[in-house]
Amino acid sequence: MEHILSILIFFPAIAAMMAFVVDKDSMRVYGITVTAIEFILSAYLWYLFDGNNAGMQFTEFMPIISQYGISYNVGIDGISLFLIIMTTFMTMISLIGLTEKRDLKNLIITVLFLEMTMIGVFVALDAMLFYVFWELSLVPMLYIVGAWGGNLRIYASIKFFLYTFLGSLVMLVGMLYLAYVYSQTTGTWSFNIMDWNMLMLPYDMQMWLFIAFFAGFAIKVPMVPFHTWLPYAHGQAPTIGSVILAAVLLKMGTYGFIRFSLPLFPDAAVAMMIPMGILALIAIIYTAMVAYAQEDMKQVIAYSSVSHMGVIILGIFALNAEGIGGSIFLMISHGIVSGALFMLVGVIYDRRHTKMMSEFGGLAAVMPMYAVVFGIMLMASVGLPLTIGFVGEFLSLLGFFAVSPTLTVAAGLTIILGAVYMLVLYKKTFFGPITNPINEKLQDIKGREVAALVPLVMLVVYLGVYPKPILGPVDNSVKQLIQTMHIKSVTPEAKETIAKVNTIGGAK
Amino acid sequence: MIQAISIDLASLNIPSLAPMLVAITGALTILCIDLFSKKLDKSLYVMMTILFLVVDLGTVIGYNGGLRGFFDMMLVDGISILSQIIILVASAMFILLALSQKRFHEYKYPEYFALFLFMIAGFQFMVSSDSLILIFVGLETSSMALYTLIAMHNRNKSTEAAIKYFTMGALAAAFFAFGSMIFYALTGSVELAKISEILVASNFENYPLILIGVVFMLGALGFKLSLVPFHIWAPDVYEGSSSALAGFMSIVPKIAGFIVALRFFEIFIAVDNMWVQAVLYVIVVITMTIPNMISLVQDDVKRMLAYSSISHAGFAMGAILIGTTQATSALFLYWILFLFTNLGSFAMLWVHRSKDTGDSDHPFSKFSGLVKSSPVAASIMALFMLSLAGVPPFSLFWGKMYLLGAAVNAGFIVLALIMAINSAIAVYYYLKLIVYMFLKDPLESDSSVTMGNANNTLKTVIGISAMITIASIIFIDPLLEMINYYVQISGY
Repeated sequence: MEHILSILIFFPAIAAMMAFVVDKDSMRVYGITVTAIEFILSAYLWYLFDGNNAGMQFTEFMPIISQYGISYNVGIDGISLFLIIMTTFMTMISLIGLTEKRDLKNLIITVLFLEMTMIGVFVALDAMLFYVFWELSLVPMLYIVGAWGGNLRIYASIKFFLYTFLGSLVMLVGMLYLAYVYSQTTGTWSFNIMDWNMLMLPYDMQMWLFIAFFAGFAIKVPMVPFHTWLPYAHGQAPTIGSVILAAVLLKMGTYGFIRFSLPLFPDAAVAMMIPMGILALIAIIYTAMVAYAQEDMKQVIAYSSVSHMGVIILGIFALNAEGIGGSIFLMISHGIVSGALFMLVGVIYDRRHTKMMSEFGGLAAVMPMYAVVFGIMLMASVGLPLTIGFVGEFLSLLGFFAVSPTLTVAAGLTIILGAVYMLVLYKKTFFGPITNPINEKLQDIKGREVAALVPLVMLVVYLGVYPKPILGPVDNSVKQLIQTMHIKSVTPEAKETIAKVNTIGGAK
Repeated sequence: MIQAISIDLASLNIPSLAPMLVAITGALTILCIDLFSKKLDKSLYVMMTILFLVVDLGTVIGYNGGLRGFFDMMLVDGISILSQIIILVASAMFILLALSQKRFHEYKYPEYFALFLFMIAGFQFMVSSDSLILIFVGLETSSMALYTLIAMHNRNKSTEAAIKYFTMGALAAAFFAFGSMIFYALTGSVELAKISEILVASNFENYPLILIGVVFMLGALGFKLSLVPFHIWAPDVYEGSSSALAGFMSIVPKIAGFIVALRFFEIFIAVDNMWVQAVLYVIVVITMTIPNMISLVQDDVKRMLAYSSISHAGFAMGAILIGTTQATSALFLYWILFLFTNLGSFAMLWVHRSKDTGDSDHPFSKFSGLVKSSPVAASIMALFMLSLAGVPPFSLFWGKMYLLGAAVNAGFIVLALIMAINSAIAVYYYLKLIVYMFLKDPLESDSSVTMGNANNTLKTVIGISAMITIASIIFIDPLLEMINYYVQISGY
């Protein structure tokens, strides 16, 4: 399977084009089959993946615009492998749990195209290819939010598009500049990230480029204060849109930080450790408080996403093996958990067509299974030990402890605040007497909802107890990344800091 | 007693004139045919026009004579050949749009096609000369023909548009003549190469006068290229003319204008003349930004596209400001990709044209829920919009990227950022149309006919544009190679 990555990228796209022929009523089965095959392919990729090799594997190369150094260049390492598997898995699950009735065919075709762009982002090793997929992912999402969303859907979808597009254009200028610097240094044009990794850039230039890339990534993550598009997008998106948005699209931003910002601009990254940590801290605490104040269940989870993305950023900018490894694990776990939570909200929304907490109460009595699953996901989201959420959160915080104990203690509030807003949500919705008589006749989860949710529950518990299968390969690649950063940093302070923050884990 | 002029025929280099002669012969032939029979259908004239354009294209591509010809008036260098190719390809695509399903007034007249060919010849003269006089002649020939073509659409708005265009055009022509006069007074020559030589040799003596000359030329060229603040004619004229012609006007006259601007401003950019650069910088920035802003609030798709075309002209003008070889290549790449995308989108408007409409031909609301009634048309239109907005991997993104790259490489980082921000603003109004087509429900009382003007010919033109827009990623490399070759041999 030499071209397995290309197959992974383009199989959903080709399937989407063929889907135009498939009849409307058979579309759901077609969609599930395609995404299942895609998931099996990605699982097979994991099987083929050599966990001891920290470098890029399965690389493919084909020049596109040779005069300008743009090429079709893909490959994966431990960092991207699990994001790919998570993407294919969550896409499959979201299609299994899909309850949308309107224009089902168009929706599934769009999701398949979206899957192509998401995989593309995670496997691209050429900056321009990365950018192409990165931008292209906006279009299907625009359509999903805009066509199947709530009342404010058009406003929400355009806001989402414009915000991210503006940020990425600044990033594009940064990429072009970096390519220019590369051509000035070496005499050849290249957009290959691996080539760029060889560049030693002066400190000032690193700072400017860091900011340019930051514009693209921070809006996508989203980091406070660029997060205002997210509650709208989540609030208005249909369930499947929210699931994919929270599970995968947000991870593109944090992945970008790891893939581009850290190895390319190590000195800038070191200099930005504390500022980024503070931004992340604001995100963690502020949005947790905002989440507490929400009436709408979906908004609570949307804001909790921003809060958790803050922890991921914190872990990344710990710049040590624990922090980065933990943040990658947290990306996976947050993808699974928040995806599941959005799906759970979708379940209740399908039955009642409202997401307001005040409408509910005492649901545990009528929907016991639903309450159990929700409870498990909630615990995972809060970061209870032995659930998937704990591992990543703990490692991220542990990593940042080496950088700044004070900030880490403050960031530890995420667990407390998270417990506060999530438990309040749970209390208002599931406990107490049934106040609204309509709720008495609600059906418990069944059929395809169970089929979609049970695998998620199993994963949450399994990976929470035994995270090694993921942490192992991730750790190898992360260590190599830190090695690169250490070698490449031009200022002695940066070298020292990287060495210092890495001493507890013994990475250096 | 006047001395007898004796010139060797070979030194005239007649082949350098051949392309224009083909177009002119074509126009005369069409007029002659009309003399014999009045009952011929437009399809005959369309096909004859295309035949002559193809022969014309052949003579352009096959040209292998000297650089100069015809008393040194002609200058057939790489960019001249390249721009002539663009002009001819765009014209051939445009004239096919005349074979529309509905019958329109202007296509009944063979003169329309004759004028069209005369206009092409005029543009070809404009791009293949560096003598201000011949450029002026070419400019006027083409403009006069174009005014008439607009007016022949025969609606109130068209006549208004033609007169508006004519009045402004006459002013611009006067500007051009006055500017040329100043440079002639300063240097004693009307050839740009000589002007440049003398100006550089004299180290820009008499600088205020030179600047006045530059201002006049800028006014004239700015009018042709619809640069802000000389752009006010553009939206009205685009609205008044048929969609097909509007698409044509957003591409072909402008590439001719760009070539003249390139040749002219090169004199100053090459020596880093600060004032001229500053003026150009300001004009480029406001040309990109202001029409973008105005475009946001348009209710009519055609006016929106008109303003967006102005903004795109600002982008391309940015390439002239940057002035490096890569920037010149970027200009051509941008414009070739823009050609297919913009012609495609105007052609899409053209197929939705119905004969009698109210104030506005193509209000946004007309496209509400188009995806329900004709999904393919909606998807293709959306494709063109995304391409114009610069969403990768569609064609115009590569032009934009290369242009941004050229700006960054030449140290114009701020300009690159301004371009990036403008692209982001532009997304809004392109998305607006997509939102109407895909996300809104069709109007209940929908009397407007969509796809009323479509037939296989038009669909083919649109299909070709769409294919090129989608598959651009494959042929950017060879295209860029060709452009680089032509640009490098002409030394820009």
